[in-house]
This record gives sequence, C-alpha cells and structure tokens, in this order.
Amino acid sequence: MPNPPPARATPRIAEYLGMLAVLVLLVALFSALSDHFFSRITFTTVANQIPALTVIAVGMTLVLIVAGIDLSVGSVMALGAAVLAVARVEWQMPLPAAILAGLAVGLAAGVANGLVTVRWTIPSFIVTLGMLEMARGGAYMVTDSRSVFLGAAIDVIGLPLPVIGLSPAFVLAIAVVAAGQILLSKTILGRYMIAIGTNAEAVRLSGIDPRPVIVTVFALSGLLAGLAGVFHVAYLESADPNAGTGLELSAIAAVVIGGTSLMGGRGSVISSFLGVVIIAVLQTGLAQVGATEPTKRIVTGAVIVAAVILDAYRHSLGRRQVEI
Amino acid sequence: MTAHAPAGEPLLRVRGVDKRYAAPVLSGVDFELRAGEVHAVMGANGAGKSTLSRIISGLTAPDGGSMTLAGAAYAPRSRRDAQRAGVQLVMQELNLIPTLTVAENLFLADLPARFGFVVGATLLERARRAMEGVGLTDLDPRTPLGQLGVGHRQLVAVAAALAHPCSVLILDEPTAALTGSEVGLVFEQLRRLRETGTAILYISHRLEEIQRIGDRVTVLRDGRVVATRPAAGTSLDEIVQLMVGDRAVEALDHRTHRLGDVALRVEGLTRAPRVRDVSFDVKRGEILGLAGLVGSGRTETLRVIFGADRAERGVVRRGSGPPLTIRDPRDAVCAGIGMVPEDRGAQAILHALPVRWNISLAVLRAFAKARWWIDDAREAAEASRLGARLDVRSHSLEQPAGELSGGNQQKVVIARWLLRDCEVLLFDEPTRGIDVAAKIAVYRVLNELAAAGKAIVLVSSELPELMALCDRIGVMSDGRLVTTFARGDWSEDAIVAAAFSGYAGRRDGARPH
Repeated sequence: MPNPPPARATPRIAEYLGMLAVLVLLVALFSALSDHFFSRITFTTVANQIPALTVIAVGMTLVLIVAGIDLSVGSVMALGAAVLAVARVEWQMPLPAAILAGLAVGLAAGVANGLVTVRWTIPSFIVTLGMLEMARGGAYMVTDSRSVFLGAAIDVIGLPLPVIGLSPAFVLAIAVVAAGQILLSKTILGRYMIAIGTNAEAVRLSGIDPRPVIVTVFALSGLLAGLAGVFHVAYLESADPNAGTGLELSAIAAVVIGGTSLMGGRGSVISSFLGVVIIAVLQTGLAQVGATEPTKRIVTGAVIVAAVILDAYRHSLGRRQVEI
Repeated sequence: MTAHAPAGEPLLRVRGVDKRYAAPVLSGVDFELRAGEVHAVMGANGAGKSTLSRIISGLTAPDGGSMTLAGAAYAPRSRRDAQRAGVQLVMQELNLIPTLTVAENLFLADLPARFGFVVGATLLERARRAMEGVGLTDLDPRTPLGQLGVGHRQLVAVAAALAHPCSVLILDEPTAALTGSEVGLVFEQLRRLRETGTAILYISHRLEEIQRIGDRVTVLRDGRVVATRPAAGTSLDEIVQLMVGDRAVEALDHRTHRLGDVALRVEGLTRAPRVRDVSFDVKRGEILGLAGLVGSGRTETLRVIFGADRAERGVVRRGSGPPLTIRDPRDAVCAGIGMVPEDRGAQAILHALPVRWNISLAVLRAFAKARWWIDDAREAAEASRLGARLDVRSHSLEQPAGELSGGNQQKVVIARWLLRDCEVLLFDEPTRGIDVAAKIAVYRVLNELAAAGKAIVLVSSELPELMALCDRIGVMSDGRLVTTFARGDWSEDAIVAAAFSGYAGRRDGARPH
C-alpha cells in the first residue's frame, strides 16, 4: 500500500488554518474600520463574553457528531442558573454547593434527553424540543419568573483576573474545549461517537451497544449547559429566567461554521470554538463600527451560510465527483 | 435521437482515457463499441469498469483521452448531456425513488405535463408500453416502487432506460439482484435491442452470462485493458485468468476439515414467521452451509443467533455450555460469536471513516490503554497486518472505506472479525456482488478459519460455492430447517427440491419474492 495520502476523519492543523485566516481577516477589517477595535479591552471583552456559548458549543459538537441535536441547551442553561441562584439566595446554600446543584440539574436534563431518545428511539430533535419547554418552565417556576440577584458573591468566576484580564470562566471554557477535543480524537468513547454518527447499525452489529454512548453524549451536553448557567450567573451577578433564549441556535451556528456535519460522523471541537470566536468578533466588531442590531443580525446570518458553503466547497475539492 | 456511425467505424470509440482519484483508476483505456453488439466488460472489483461506464455516460469527467460517438467528438459534461446524445446508463445501485409510483419513476426526467401539472393518463399509457418492453405486464404502473421486490425494481430501472430512445445502452450489473426467469426477460430485451442496432455495453460479475448474451468481451485489470476477444471461443477459465492476472486461480476444491467438539448449538430457535423451530449444531473446524430461497429465513436465523433481532423462543449454547442470554449483538460478541452481515453497505461499513478504523472497530476496547485511550500504534499495526493478510487493496489504511470496491469492503469487514478472533463466525452472503478475485480471497479465509478450529455458518445463494466449501449443508424452507445433508449425500437437485418443500403444502403456492 504505497504513498498514504491524507484522509482523516478528525482534522489536522491545516484544517484550522482556513478558520484562523477568516478570523485574522475579520480582525483586520474591523481594525481598519474602527480606531478602537484593535485593543486589549476589545479582546478581553470578547473573551469574557463567550465562555457560556463556548462550553455549550462543545456539547453541541458532540451531539451533532452522533447525528443528534440538542435544542434544550439554552433553556437548560437558564434552569441551571436559576437553581444556582435560588439555592444560594433563598436556600442559603454555600456557593460551591449551589454551583453543584446548578450543574446537577443540567446533567439530569441531559441524561433525561439521552435516555428518552434511546429508550423509545425518538428523534432527539423532538425530545430536546420538549426539554426546551420543560426546562424553561422549570426556570420560571424556581425563580417565580423574576431575576434573582446574587451580587458579588459569585464574582470570582466571572470577573477578569488582575494582570491577564481574562476571567476564570474563560480559562475554564478553554480547558473544556481542550478536554472535548481530546475526548473526541484520543479516546475510545470519542471514536465510538464518530462511528455511531457515521453508521449506527454497523456499530451495533460490531458488538458495541450505541445506546450508552448516546446517553453519555446528551448527559455531557446537559452538564455543559449547566456549566454555562454558572458562567452566566457569574457574568451578570444574577439569574434571569429568560436567559439563553435562542442560544441553541447560536451554538449550532458556531458548530456548523466550524465544519461539523449535521448528518453526524464528522466534526471538531476546536473548530467549533473558532466558530464561537468568529461570531463573537463579528458581533463586537459590528457594534463598534456602529451597525444597528438589525444589520448585525443580517450580517451574522449571511456569514453562517457563507461559512457552510465554503466548507462544502473545501470538502468537494480533492475528490471531485459528479453527482447525479 | 439516434446516432449513426460511418460505415465500418465503431459507433463509440474511447481513446487513451485516463482517470485518477488518489491513485490511477483508468490508464490509457482504448475501447470500441459497435452498433448492434453486446460488449461485455469484465474485471475484478476496482478494475475500473464502473468508472469507464460513468465516463461514457457523462457522470464523471476523464482526466485525459478522448471519445467519439458516430464519428463526432463526444465529451458529455453531464448525464443529461449524454442522454441527449443517445447514451443511456442503467446503474449498479438503483437510483429510483421508492415513494413514487412505477410510472413516475419511469419518466421522472420528462413527465408529460401541461401547465406544470402531470398528465396522468398520458403517463400511464407510456408507462404501460415501457413496461411491456421488459415483460412487466402483470404490474400496475400506479404501484409505489417501494412495494416491489429488488428484482422487479431492477426491471423497472432497465425499462426506465429503454423508455428513452438511445443508440448506446450501458448496463452496470443489471442482473445482480435478478432470478433466472427475470434475467431471461432482460436478455430477451437486450437481444431485441441488438437487432435494432443499439450498441450495448454490459458489465456483470456473472461469468456465464457473457456466453449467453455477449458478442465480444473486454477485460480490464487495474485500470488497463488486458484484452478484447470475441465471446464465442473464449472460455470462462481464460477470462478469469485475464481478470486476476498472474495470481493463481485456486480451484474451488473442498478442503477436508478436522472437526472438533460442538462449538455452537442452536435449539428450537423461533422468531415467527421467518424462523421457526430451527435446531442445529456446528463443530469446531466445520463449515455448515445454509441453503434456501431468498426469504426462507436464513438471514433471519443468523440475525437471531447474533442478537441483531430478539428470539421469541429457543436456546443458543456455546458447545455444551449453559444457554446464553443474547439480548443484543454485544452479548453475542462477548460469547465469541461474530457475524458478517448481509448488506455490507448499510450494516457493516463506516463509509467516510478510514479503513484502519473499520478494521479495529470491534477490538478497540480490547486494545485500550488504561481502559479509555486508543492505542494508536497497536491499532495501526494490527489493521495493517489484517489488511495484508486479506489483501485489502487501498491506497492506505487512512483511505475512507467507502471509496474501496465492494470486494475490498467485504475484506475489511471480514478483517474486523478476524481481529476480534471469534470462535463462531456467521457469514451472510459474503461473496454477493464481489468479483472472482475477491471471492477467491473469501474462500481462502473461510478454509483457513476452519483449519484454525473456528466454527462457521455460511449462508449463500450460490450452490456451487456451498457444495465446494461446506462439510454439511442445511436447507431452509419457509422458516424451517427442513433437512441437513452431509458431504457426499447432497446433489444440486436434492437441495433445490428441499428448498421448495416447505412451500409445497400451501394452497396459494406463495413463495417469498
């Protein structure tokens, strides 16, 4: 078997170059358009805004890779945040215990999503759509539909550290990205995820039960949504039961910009992170050059579609086949 | 429209056509197709037959070389382009739409329409005429295609191609899924078309068909034309020799296997209606064949043993051990039972993923470092060893398995189970749709496995294959194992008679399609 050509299911460094180039281009563009954009403040602001979306995008990447989808992440994040805040403020639990409670709620929602999906073989689209409603209802219920203010108690996670200007939340989110990528490309579980997203029946007939893997993936997605809830509370010093509305779509957009396939079997956590950064830079940059909210949304939408077209084009290069 | 070649010229001429993807698939192929001939193109999987037919029918653009049709330059840029020039293709994999009716499928590209609405009456009338052409007279054109069996679908695909006027007709394995009488119908149509001067390029893995229908044979090997010969006067042995090259053609002689203890015992296995009260045992070192008509329950029996479907009743044991609890394939694999499934594309191959991953899938856990981590070095080494042992032809172990030819994909699936080292292996039609060279590789592996003391159950629809390889042949009919022949006691007639016996008592004489 001579000359092994590159053909891998997980991307190499070269795969990220395209996205990095887009990122550099965006930064250059906005720096040219606005005097204030290219500054330390802008970058730390962006960095401290994105931890919640980042960890949710990591979970979403894994879910999409097993050919599922998780629409509940935004609501689960709000529920996790609400439970954390209520546990701290009303039940007077110590902060670490309140945080654990928020994470546990997210994990429970994710496990429920996974179990229902595999037990009754219902499309995860439907299951998580149901969870989206239930978790949002739960968030309203525990907060009595009001924002719960925590104050400075939780600042330690959300506020920027002195000197480097980055928040612990951002550092933690980066660690989650790294762990997610390692899980995907180095572990047996990650390999099973990719294989299941490619051909679940073939995996089953190879003597591997896909169900625990799928439940694990949804559990991780729920847990990370809970973690996003913690970040959210830390950033705003309060829990808003309306938080994260539509966040599932932002996460899917970021993941898709990163080249993960909605059909399953292909994706990269690092690329999803780059997708999150591209969206955040785009929105901050547009705001700084004075774009209105409607303009920002139109441009962001166009960028998402353009990114996917670019990705489809890149994947068709090298093995150009005429479709029927 | 129909093209006419100048007198004495071939209708279609292919000159020096090259095509490469990651590696060359076709190199300098010269090929001629005359009006009024059936020209068979033979070759092992991956020899380039399908690529050649895709190039001629406009689905793939060649990298080099030229083509002429009826003396004029011919370079179709799409299938539509080729169809306008009078070149029709019937594909290997059926590109028909199961939810539409037969009639709609036949005329999908040019539905008779007025103001954008389909004219039903005209469509039905045309469909009936097209279907008569392939002998499908007893079928209502309004039947949804999805309700038809594979054989009928294949006939519809042929009818769809013939429904449009063409001067060149390319058939890529049109008979792969057809029974004897259906093949007869297709051949009748091909002969009629040949009379009218249509040039037919015919790709098939069934060697004996060449002499029934072919006028000339061209053999491809590794992307090159090895020979073009008249079909009459060329023996099948010669063609096989040309296809596989220097590699020795192992005659399908039976190897005597040394039998050991019982390795698998099946008692009263039932999953109605396809599996009813099936009992048998297989010894170490033995190949037990399962013969029967399609739908007689052979595939279902294997699936139930393997846990792919749940048994309603019955017991499966390893040897004289206790009854196994097999709720899903995982339990079966843990008990040392493996299965090479019937439909490798849907049930076994991970198309977009590397060959290496496909081979290692069932043993990743066993190869784990510290329980969770993939041992890349060991995985690569073992996949490479198995790939070499089975002679898997790929550019590298990193090539997506879906890019390999059917025979090589099958070798990958078998490699997966060899690596897992199961004591009992269930093979469901392991040689279906693969070429002679790959078949020989599969036979060799089966014999090696038996020699190594594995117990093998082999389902096959090719009796010569079963009679050559097996130590015993069980015959299934209507969900029951009606009889088991020992080597020496069987004959083709006796096996066929047994295969039909289960349906004899039925008032309607119903047989599975």
